[in-house]
Amino acid sequence: MATNVLAMPRTYARTGLWSWITTVDHKRIGILYLVTAVAFFIIGGIEALIIRSQLAVPANTLVSPSFYNEIFTMHGTTMVFLAIMPLNSGFGNYFVPLMIGARDMAFPRLNALGYWLFLFGGILLYSSFFLGGAPSAGWFGYAPLTERAYSPTYGIDFWILSLQLLGISSITGGLNFIVTTLNLRAPGMTINRLPLFVWGTLVTSLLAIFAIPSISVALFLLLFDRHFGTSFYLPSAEGDPLLWQHLFWFFGHPEVYIMIMPPFGIISEVLATHSRKPIFGYAAMAFAFAGIAFVSFTVWAHHMFATGISPVADAIFSGMSFVVAVPTGIKIFNWLGTIWKGSIRLTTAFLFAAGFIGQFTIGGLGGVMLATVPVDWQITDTYFVVGHFHYTLFAGAALGLFAGAYHWFPKITGRFLNERLGKIHFWLTMVGMTMVFLTMHYVGVLGMPRRIYTYAPGQGWDLWNLIETIGAFTIALGVLIFVLNILTSLRQKATVGDDPWDGQTLEWATSSPPPVYNFASMIPVNSPRPLWDAKYGPHSEFADNPKKIELSGGGKAQIHLPNPSYWPMVVAFGMSVISIGIIFGADTNWLILPVGIIIFFAGIIGWLAQPAS
Amino acid sequence: MSAIGKVEPGGQNISDAIEHIVNGAQEQALHAETSTGLDHRKLVMWIFIASESIFFAALMATFLIYKSKVPPEEGLHHLNLAVASANTFILLFSSLTMVLSLQSIENGKKGRMIFFLIATALLGLVFLGGQVFEYNELITNGISFDTNLFGSSFFTLTGFHGSHVFVGVIWITMLIIRALRGGITEHNHLAVELGGLYWHFVDLVWVVLFTIIYLI
Repeated sequence: MATNVLAMPRTYARTGLWSWITTVDHKRIGILYLVTAVAFFIIGGIEALIIRSQLAVPANTLVSPSFYNEIFTMHGTTMVFLAIMPLNSGFGNYFVPLMIGARDMAFPRLNALGYWLFLFGGILLYSSFFLGGAPSAGWFGYAPLTERAYSPTYGIDFWILSLQLLGISSITGGLNFIVTTLNLRAPGMTINRLPLFVWGTLVTSLLAIFAIPSISVALFLLLFDRHFGTSFYLPSAEGDPLLWQHLFWFFGHPEVYIMIMPPFGIISEVLATHSRKPIFGYAAMAFAFAGIAFVSFTVWAHHMFATGISPVADAIFSGMSFVVAVPTGIKIFNWLGTIWKGSIRLTTAFLFAAGFIGQFTIGGLGGVMLATVPVDWQITDTYFVVGHFHYTLFAGAALGLFAGAYHWFPKITGRFLNERLGKIHFWLTMVGMTMVFLTMHYVGVLGMPRRIYTYAPGQGWDLWNLIETIGAFTIALGVLIFVLNILTSLRQKATVGDDPWDGQTLEWATSSPPPVYNFASMIPVNSPRPLWDAKYGPHSEFADNPKKIELSGGGKAQIHLPNPSYWPMVVAFGMSVISIGIIFGADTNWLILPVGIIIFFAGIIGWLAQPAS
Repeated sequence: MSAIGKVEPGGQNISDAIEHIVNGAQEQALHAETSTGLDHRKLVMWIFIASESIFFAALMATFLIYKSKVPPEEGLHHLNLAVASANTFILLFSSLTMVLSLQSIENGKKGRMIFFLIATALLGLVFLGGQVFEYNELITNGISFDTNLFGSSFFTLTGFHGSHVFVGVIWITMLIIRALRGGITEHNHLAVELGGLYWHFVDLVWVVLFTIIYLI
């Protein structure tokens, strides 16, 4: 499947820092997302190690209580908003256009804006450590703890503004994915032939655009409370702290699926490819995505059973939460059906995917337990809950993303990751995560509350906490090996062919790494696995006589590609300066805000004045 | 009227192609045509509006919760139904002028389109003026952003809506400037359609706000 070398429309730098700053190529933006998100994943992991070191032994004083609060808040916020979501965006950016046979995203510059907002939002959040203290009210930011009376430092303000920037980033990304998936499909790639990873990203994007506005409103109201004298969440002035919880969890529960559905898609691709079988129950899998997405908007109050909402509400939200198990169960059985009697290759990618099925099922079952109101009342705010959601987000999202990393690394770089190191990474992760998170369930049932700085000895928790800490360092060792594996692989020559795994979907129908225009021509698409059909289908003469459809511009002298642009970065930078201006505006530097507004509008005008292609 | 999103399969390709040549200042499709037959920008506008709906829904929920918590004497009774009704009429009328401007350019009447765009922007400004008048009246009567929950949620809800109207006025002003410089023609008027979509959405939100704030 060699692609023709075609004349480029314009000459501009393709290497060096400037080319990355101005890039609008979905593959490069995808790489930027992935690299930045891995960096934040490592920072969040270090924070997890600090938490576990503090809790390793009872009555420990390794860190101060206030620092501990900052660290667990930053760990949660980082892993959710700066690691898992952008890792999903990174894979989505790189592979959605490739898998549907497109040349780029529908809005290349909007795509760049999303990345820069993510980067600056992350930097803004972390700058709080140096500008008066990080947020310390938990990633869920329950009011009234986040009100000025109880969180007097700027930490919460940084948290509010950076979450707003990250929210805008996710919404622009979501809009872009939806339009790209609907509008830029190759000939024959109907909606019911989309690869399941594309389905996962499409549904996730829909969730994002409908869920994030709710947290935006919640954050605005909190900002008004802290700076402009309102009392939306202040019980002392008739305000209702539960309003925060409703607005937050109306976002927060779909957010769980925003994090997990793209990895569901990755798992589906990996299991099918490495079992060398078509995905079992494709249509049911696609419907299950849609089903989970729909139900996810009707279950938010299961995070609030302990707040004293009415028994009728408890019953409804509990019942709807059980319903989530149905489409999720469909997925798990279909994954098992996919590998059943397949020609399985025990690659690292497959191992992570298979490990995902087993471990994620434990997370799902814990969810069913917590959806039961009396059980929830008993174990709410204990380590059981912490264990449960780490089984969905680490055993779920992170394992899925690791599977994707081993599966797609050859496509992105043209090089394999070392399988031996990969398997060590896999087993360290499996053993480590069981030591940490399964143990958390147990110690939670024993009554250990979450979010505590330390604990007294002799309550039966000591041994388990030590095991958890050892497990956390085991996972960290695995991640270290993973990073070393990437670095050593990058030093080798790019010798992987177009299709190293004998793949089924279109991303394997171009070179590794793909050319900047992705495809010069397109193979026919008659099913969800066009490349497989082309290679082994009943009418395939692909090997000697590849039948290719010319894409627009493909047969001509040149392919039209979007212009590089630094204006998205200027706009994102302006928005970040505006955010800092809002944080400090009322008290100290009122000048920052107008400067930010000027940069922002300069960026917008530059953007509008510049031709897109 | 295609202002409310009529799809014309096939018919759009010609205007798309011309747009490629004439109008370089906007995001362009990389493929000559799209899988759905809808222009990227039109599709993204609809999805963006869907997202915005949730934003306003959350604000409305907040207002409805707090409206019932505050005694009417300290809140509701101070609202000026007459001004709000006049404002509602003005904003709805501006939707009509917006539709007429799109219809004008579809028939190739550029001058008429500019006239109706100016009318729309002015009506939007009159609406904002009415809002300022009512704000002023409320503050004089002792109800401001930080007095009580009614004030906070009323000003937040109508303030976010008003800022959307303001953005709409800027948007329409930019359309007028572009039209005067020859950037909008009979075969290249998607920009007017997009601005119209946004404007009608903002008007529609006001209809709901008017109902929940002043009528129920």
